[in-house]
Amino acid sequence: MAQFNPTIIGFACNWCCYAGADLAGTSRMKYPANLRIIRVMCSGRIDPQFILKAFRDGADGVFIGGCHPGDCHYVSGNYKARKRIFLLRNLLAGLGIEPERLELEWVSASEGQRFADAVTQFTERIKQLGRLDLNQPAEPAGH
Amino acid sequence: MSAGDKESPPRIGVYICHCGINIAQTVDVKAVAGHAATLPNVAVARDYMYMCSDPGQDLIKKDVKELGLTRVVVAACSPRMHEPTFRGAVFGAGMNPYLFEMCNIREQCSWVHVDRVEATEKAKDLVRSSAARASLLEPLEERYADVTKAVMVVGAGIAGIQAALDVAEAGHKVYLVERDASIGGHMAQLDKTFPTLDCSACILTPKMVDCARHPNIELLTLSTVKEVAGFVGNFRVKVHERARFVDASQCTACGDCAKVCPQRFPDEFNLGLSTRTAIYQPFPQAVPAAFCRDAAQCLGRLPLACGRCIEACEKHCIDFDQPDKEREIDVGAIVLATGMDVFDALTLPEFGYGKYPDVLTSLELERLCSAGGPTGGRIIRISDGEPPKDVVFIHCVGSRDKAVGNEYCSRVCCMFIIKQAHLLKDKLPDCKITSYYMDIRAYGKGFEEFYDRVREEGVLFKRGKPSEIFKRKGRLVVRVDDTLLGKVVEHETDMVVLGVGLVPSEGYRELGQILKLSLSSDRFFLEAHPKLRPVDTNIDGVYLAGCAQGPKDIPDTVSQAKGAASSAIALLNKGKVKVDPVVAEINEDACSSCHICEALCPYSALIYDTQKGVMTVNQILCKGCGVCPSACPSAAISMRHFTDAQIDAQLDALLARDMTETSDVSDRVPSQKVEA
Repeated sequence: MAQFNPTIIGFACNWCCYAGADLAGTSRMKYPANLRIIRVMCSGRIDPQFILKAFRDGADGVFIGGCHPGDCHYVSGNYKARKRIFLLRNLLAGLGIEPERLELEWVSASEGQRFADAVTQFTERIKQLGRLDLNQPAEPAGH
Repeated sequence: MSAGDKESPPRIGVYICHCGINIAQTVDVKAVAGHAATLPNVAVARDYMYMCSDPGQDLIKKDVKELGLTRVVVAACSPRMHEPTFRGAVFGAGMNPYLFEMCNIREQCSWVHVDRVEATEKAKDLVRSSAARASLLEPLEERYADVTKAVMVVGAGIAGIQAALDVAEAGHKVYLVERDASIGGHMAQLDKTFPTLDCSACILTPKMVDCARHPNIELLTLSTVKEVAGFVGNFRVKVHERARFVDASQCTACGDCAKVCPQRFPDEFNLGLSTRTAIYQPFPQAVPAAFCRDAAQCLGRLPLACGRCIEACEKHCIDFDQPDKEREIDVGAIVLATGMDVFDALTLPEFGYGKYPDVLTSLELERLCSAGGPTGGRIIRISDGEPPKDVVFIHCVGSRDKAVGNEYCSRVCCMFIIKQAHLLKDKLPDCKITSYYMDIRAYGKGFEEFYDRVREEGVLFKRGKPSEIFKRKGRLVVRVDDTLLGKVVEHETDMVVLGVGLVPSEGYRELGQILKLSLSSDRFFLEAHPKLRPVDTNIDGVYLAGCAQGPKDIPDTVSQAKGAASSAIALLNKGKVKVDPVVAEINEDACSSCHICEALCPYSALIYDTQKGVMTVNQILCKGCGVCPSACPSAAISMRHFTDAQIDAQLDALLARDMTETSDVSDRVPSQKVEA
């Protein structure tokens, strides 16, 4: 079997994580090429339905990047993102999606290395988990 | 929902930039352009060496006119870099700038990947995503707001003073906000400045007085910024002004009050090397030239009755009941000149600072050197009052040290120590002076020449890393790893001076959060671009001056302060700012008036219209974060420029291809369409 090359969708807030990803580029850091980022102004814009759609339509992992707690450009959007992601992860298992396939990272505009490391680790994790196959019957969630 | 519903389908032009070889060496740009040409609604796809160049922009303008393009996608660098450039280009061709879409295939693709096949596939995916989004982009109307013709400068060290004077000279009102009782900052504590040996007070105090006298400058001492609302051109700043308890407009700084004060405390200006009274003037040249009362230390009137100063003041300036004040100030721009603190040497107990009185910081030695300092400029050992016969300087204390979390070089300490070694040699010609350094950084104008001069004066510079300071038979011993000899030596001495590095000024994190500014990894405020926008921040209308942005010496600080001032002046002179039209919008028919969005909005921009029974968006208050549409259970809120449909289209485009099978990059689409 050819090596599994996962499809990973990213959502990054414009002010912190997207800028951190840009800095990783300016600093010529390297990370796997699986991530495709969609830029939003704030992690609070990320509707859980975008994440569910991504998984439904073929993403093996979804990576969300926002500002560190207290640093949100829009005061508190990252807290709202954190709550939504927390709730959504609880639902994912019931849908047959390992919650580990959804990651929320805080990355500041000066943390290019942190961004590169986070993407590398997340890509590695998704490779370990393998392809997301929603046609498989969901394994009973651990509750 | 999309603009294309009623009209004819959009005609998209896609432009793939080589960026010299920055993109082209990792991404097969011709293959990406070929792929773009096959995408829905794409009328033309081209690749070009430098899209941001004039010919590159002209290419877009020409195509818009000749091919009737209604959307433009440029795949090049980050939108944070050149989105404004290309928005300007399409606007110049008669298009609405919000019908332009930028695709980042440099910072987030060619620069971070090595494998050409993988990078090319990713670039194709990103271009597909951008083209899908572009199809659904809608024109947005830019609006303009007036700029308040005033600037707030936060921090009144030399950076803030210079910025305030420049803005005031240009004819604009300045609010100069200072946390301490006097302006002047750290420069006021210095004796001489390197490498020219100018008397610090002699060059600083005239500028301080100019600030106090300038009709356009309003000084707010003992004041801190509590809240900032609004946006570029229209900030509303809440400033908390602590009570001085002395009427600064009446006080003549005669000092009669301090003479009768029974209390004594370590004097902050002299770093605890002398004492002050509870009612005091921070230093003789303080501006405003007025005393202030330290309420925490003063005995007060009750329950410990004192109040002798009140009786001593003939002009009746003192009022123990003066309250703190809160002020709201409207300004168009903010200059942050919050400066730095010196590294806390107590963090490194191995150097015995705080344990041995003759281990000093370089700033403390500066106060000893100063004629206005606690010893009147005499260099003595704190322990016995005798002049030292042997002094050791240690470089890089708290700088270039990962163990304390300060990886950066503080830039001023080498020259600061070299200058102090010179001052010591001048005052104590027979004193043996040794300086242990990692590297000497004498990079500035006249620095290397000054370093040479001080070496010739007999100061010994030794490459070595001190590991420990201890006491043996009443003398200080510095244990040093001599990195040139490769052995550990012990140096007996009378006095050790720690060349402490610079750290961000206390309260930097809170202020950063109030203003929503990013910090660099060194914890200083992050500039918008390290090369080309060193005084701008990620917040339009907020500028950086001096050590707030990173350690720097006085000439660099003054330069940056003048840069920040000129940026603020340019903004004020322009008189108008664009108001971002990227805001939320309510579909009144769908709104069920559940009020969920109202509670979520951090700006109170969602307001209930009692007449219509629906929520409305205040477009000035809305900052466009998009928290509300993601929470609306009726899907009644749409986030302009980041609509659900646009994001869904991006997802569809990104997931349209099975990325596990890598297609052959050399399989290029025939380029007729590319050349069209």
